[in-house]
Amino acid sequence: MTEQKTSVQRPLSPHLQVYRLPLLPLMSISHRVTGVGLAFGTLVLAWWLAALATGPGAYAIFSAFMMPLGGLALLGWMIAIAFHFCNGIRHLVWDTGHALELESAEKAGYFVLAGWLILSAVLVALAAFFWAT
Amino acid sequence: MSKANVTPSLKTARGLGSAKEGTDHWWMQRLSAVALMVLAPLMMVLVITLIGEDYATAAAKIGSPFWGGVAFLFICASFYHAHLGLQVVIEDYIGNHAARLATIIAVRGGLIVLGLIAGLSVLRLMLA
Repeated sequence: MTEQKTSVQRPLSPHLQVYRLPLLPLMSISHRVTGVGLAFGTLVLAWWLAALATGPGAYAIFSAFMMPLGGLALLGWMIAIAFHFCNGIRHLVWDTGHALELESAEKAGYFVLAGWLILSAVLVALAAFFWAT
Repeated sequence: MSKANVTPSLKTARGLGSAKEGTDHWWMQRLSAVALMVLAPLMMVLVITLIGEDYATAAAKIGSPFWGGVAFLFICASFYHAHLGLQVVIEDYIGNHAARLATIIAVRGGLIVLGLIAGLSVLRLMLA
């Protein structure tokens, strides 16, 4: 009874320099980051539509912005919306009470990642196709 | 899942809770998400097919009843969804109550202005 253990197995706090976020929190944070990013993207969406409604002159200014810089932003917008879309479907599934266990949630997470990669590839390929023609 | 299932009975018992709006925020975020599941892919098609097109083609396409409708409904759902989502993010990260309220109001105002600009632009192209 008086015997004392010299090495007690205590939980270690995350070592911040080598700590890697598990998949689920990483995707949760990504959902927020892409959501906020897409909200900022509405600035460009509003500019695009306002330029179209204003006339060819305003549209030429917008197009000049889109050619080098905005085109890259558009690619980022498509990749972000693809992630938010796929992961958002997982959120809606969670809201029905399904896939809430750690294992099933992670499995659904891999489906989301696969869907995101496929959807992003399709969108980028389509964008490249329409840009080239 | 019907709305009745996600409405806590305490809401009925004690009014609408501390936020004074019950589960409406949560519920509308989900409803707008479901709407965007349909509208966002259509909007992506619209945007991608207009890459590199000239002014007349783009204006005519967004002025058409179908694509103009897609763009208008996407704007309604996405700006609303963005407002609800940004509000949650602000509430999570800004602790000071005055700063939190000011930021929420500013973001809401900005989204209303941008949404009106975008939506009215689409309507103008459709009615032109």
